[in-house]
Amino acid sequence: MFNSAFDAIVPMTCVTLAALACMGAEAFRSRGERMPIAGLGIVGLIGAAIASALLWNRNAASFGVIVADNFGLFVTLVLVAVGVLTIMFSSQVVNRDGIPAGEYYSLVLFAIAGMMMMATANDLLVIFIALEILSLAVYVLTGIRREDPRATEAAFKYFLLGAFSSAFFLYGIAFTFGLTGSTRLDRIGSYLAAQSLSDNPLILVALGLLLVGFSFKISAVPFHMWTPDAYEGAPAIVTGFMSTGVKAAAFAAFARVFLSAFEPFSADWAPIVWVIAAATMILGTVVGVAQTNLKRMLAYSSIAHGGYLLVGLVAANQVGKAAILFYLAAYAITNLAAFGVIALLGSRDQANDELRDYAGLWYSHPGLSALMTVCLLSLGGLPPTAGFIGKWYVFSAAVSAGYYGLAIIGMLTSVISVFFYLRVVVMMYMQERGTEAPKIHVTAVSMAALTVAIVAIVYLGILPTQVLNLAAQSIATIF
Amino acid sequence: MNVPLLSISWLLPVAGAVLLLFVGNADGRRNGLIRWLTLAVSIAVFAVTLAIWASFDAASPEFQLVERRAWIPAFGIDYYVGIDGISLLLVVLTGFLTPIALLSSWSSIDRKVKEFSIFILVLEAAMIGVFLSLDLFLFYVFWDAMLIPMYFLIGVWGYDQRIYAAIKFMLYTMAGSVLMLVAILGLAYLHMAANGSYSFDLLKLYTLDIAPNTQFWFFLAFAVAFAIKVPLFPFHTWLPDAHVQAPTAGSVILAGVLLKMGTYGFVRFAFPLFPAAATYFAPGIAVLAVIGIIYGALVAMVQPDMKKLVAYSSVSHLGFVVLGICAMNVQGVQGAVYQMLAHGVSTGGLFLIVGMLSDRRHTRLISEFGGLKKVVPRLSAAFLIITLASIGLPGLNGFIGEFLIMLGAFRWDPRYVVGAGLGVILSAVYMLWMFQRVYDGTVTHDENRTLPDLLPHEWSSVIPLCAVALVMGVFPAVFLKPMEPAVTRIVERLQNTQTLRVKNEMQNAKFKMQTIRASQQVGEQRDGVHPIVP
Repeated sequence: MFNSAFDAIVPMTCVTLAALACMGAEAFRSRGERMPIAGLGIVGLIGAAIASALLWNRNAASFGVIVADNFGLFVTLVLVAVGVLTIMFSSQVVNRDGIPAGEYYSLVLFAIAGMMMMATANDLLVIFIALEILSLAVYVLTGIRREDPRATEAAFKYFLLGAFSSAFFLYGIAFTFGLTGSTRLDRIGSYLAAQSLSDNPLILVALGLLLVGFSFKISAVPFHMWTPDAYEGAPAIVTGFMSTGVKAAAFAAFARVFLSAFEPFSADWAPIVWVIAAATMILGTVVGVAQTNLKRMLAYSSIAHGGYLLVGLVAANQVGKAAILFYLAAYAITNLAAFGVIALLGSRDQANDELRDYAGLWYSHPGLSALMTVCLLSLGGLPPTAGFIGKWYVFSAAVSAGYYGLAIIGMLTSVISVFFYLRVVVMMYMQERGTEAPKIHVTAVSMAALTVAIVAIVYLGILPTQVLNLAAQSIATIF
Repeated sequence: MNVPLLSISWLLPVAGAVLLLFVGNADGRRNGLIRWLTLAVSIAVFAVTLAIWASFDAASPEFQLVERRAWIPAFGIDYYVGIDGISLLLVVLTGFLTPIALLSSWSSIDRKVKEFSIFILVLEAAMIGVFLSLDLFLFYVFWDAMLIPMYFLIGVWGYDQRIYAAIKFMLYTMAGSVLMLVAILGLAYLHMAANGSYSFDLLKLYTLDIAPNTQFWFFLAFAVAFAIKVPLFPFHTWLPDAHVQAPTAGSVILAGVLLKMGTYGFVRFAFPLFPAAATYFAPGIAVLAVIGIIYGALVAMVQPDMKKLVAYSSVSHLGFVVLGICAMNVQGVQGAVYQMLAHGVSTGGLFLIVGMLSDRRHTRLISEFGGLKKVVPRLSAAFLIITLASIGLPGLNGFIGEFLIMLGAFRWDPRYVVGAGLGVILSAVYMLWMFQRVYDGTVTHDENRTLPDLLPHEWSSVIPLCAVALVMGVFPAVFLKPMEPAVTRIVERLQNTQTLRVKNEMQNAKFKMQTIRASQQVGEQRDGVHPIVP
């Protein structure tokens, strides 16, 4: 009864339907009526997760341009986790800040659908469409608090630069199509492998333009300029969503394009990505040290984490590819939980996201600050957390590919990053609060989300074997 | 007997910490219960470490009570623990000092007692784990995990400059250890290249044949990590800050156990893994160690703050340990391990008693005291015993280690012993001078007239320390015997490489001679000088 050509798009269809349901619910909601709109989103995401689990190992393909291989499905599952956590954290924030629930949740879900599409797309044009779907949703989410001038400014900046990068990306696609006669990654790959184009400068132009496009989305240096402003201006939970979901999707597509279609040219792009990775790690951490706003600090930290992911891409061996996937999962959960805490600590009129707002948090909210500490330690890469295993995995990929220099840069920057993560810990535990602590009410749902995230972080830190194996299986199917 | 004693020894404190998490202590009502519970757990851990000693076969150099389970099979990472004579004694030391550290904070820590106890127990677990690990990955996990509780202990319960000291401690140690992580990954990769699979198994990595050039870099990466921890001379600046700012319990553990991890790392990892590089670097490290001995002693002498004085004395004493290791002979290494234990007991004791004085007077300045002998005779007596132990008076624990180290160093290169001997004299000067200023003479400050003498919980921490100092001084064989086979094995490994190298060089030289001779003959032929042909 069901055409198997549609199999591969079932996960993103689930999410899209949930998004449409959210819109419908909002439209038919009478004023003041309470509706579990968030629940619809969760249902859709769980549907996507189940569909992905059923598709595992089947290598389903739809229309030749969407392939639900294990690599894509792994990222899809990470995105489901990102989505579920985002929605759980949001439920409190949406009520508190008076954000229109229907619009908010459907935008989140549309963005996730776009991300899933991007992670499973096998065609440059489809990747571009997915990129636009998710970008448009995220632009709106960034500025969803219309009365907040900073949010509006952030959304505008993000939109302009994002549109700019889309143009780069599109140019890259055009050049690639002109050279190879196709936008399908498998065809590009086989064409490039068969023909010797290495003396053709146009291929380098195409590569360069695509690289710029992706670098914008993963906010790699020197295309990171928009990140701190956008991250600081957006509501904290949206920032968490952007910094994890968008990055995961963009990285999945980045890895797929560069490690499958453009693999024959790795000698050309690897040195460039090496430099970008090193610069991203260094700038992200060094500038992060100087920040006093926690959201901005975490923005720089997420730039740096993009650099660590790029290390896996440069290494480009089996370990490196699996490392990207594991790191994405570890980073997504950790970073989202950290932004979740920031979001929970804010109030409608006050963001409470300056570093000094965290002074003495331990004394007023011991549980919350303990959970935040675990997130920060994981971001800093200290055992026994997911972040440690992720870093270890990425750098072992670099070492086994012979990139000792990159590994050492990464290690040293991660020490510097520990310095600013510890500043937050110092504030929470070792400083007394001068003024009265703000009253924070944390709902059971948010607390549950945080607890789940922390358990996942520690679990991945102590018993990573299963997820490591999954990641290794995932890359075995395509590259 | 199949009780997994080693796992129990580090899981027990973790279990205790988890248990404490669930003890509600909102307004400090249950502080007493928490203190007793933590003490009970730590004493139970000590009992477990003693049980390990009891089931340890002192005659064997092999790793014993080994437990091994696959952990991350894709990378050949195992949960792999075991002990030999060296780690055995350090584990016992950890078990011994933790209850004492807890007793030292019995009344001085009254804020957030629950969290304090949790951090101490987690720290104990991580320290024991470091000594047990035979898998480099596991070792690194414990090594880094240990930083977190120590950071909190200094940063939350320390003195005025605690935040600066805590961050400095954390960053210094991490900066060293991440380079070690790169080297560990490199080792696993070399194992992959040689044998087709990743492995972090220490015993397998021992057998790797590593090119001298690679050894050079890897050794440096390991050595910097350990040198910071020890701390060796130019890397020592974090130590006075951390020691002085840490609460007494933190100082006791820091001096007693944490510093030993650096020297333990040299003995267990850096030297035996990279013997050729170790042989190459040993003279340089020994020079740094001797500089540290003298420099630490000189700086200690001029400190107005008792705690800082003891902290710098640690720099000096740990220099001895490193010197002994660098000698790379049985006496030297055995002396080094013995000195690690002795220093743990005596410096732990010094920090303990300085902590008692500073709890009583809320100052650690030597000039604020004087004539205490009359006011607190029992405390003074305990301090004197520990002081003499620290100086290395025969009959107390410090003597044996220093003697063996100097014996070992003398066999290697007598020049180092000159510097080290100077350090021994200086240590007597600064310690006795401090004792004299604090305890002798007349009472100079009126506030000191009413100081209470040793309290019950203080007795219970001072007596074991003094007793162990005495036992270690009089019956050194108890401790030397179990470590001897393990030390001998490590030294043999190092010396084999040395002789191997010498042999290789000789063979090379011989070969060169032969080729030279052959080419000379060829040249002679070509030059027309005809050899006599029968």
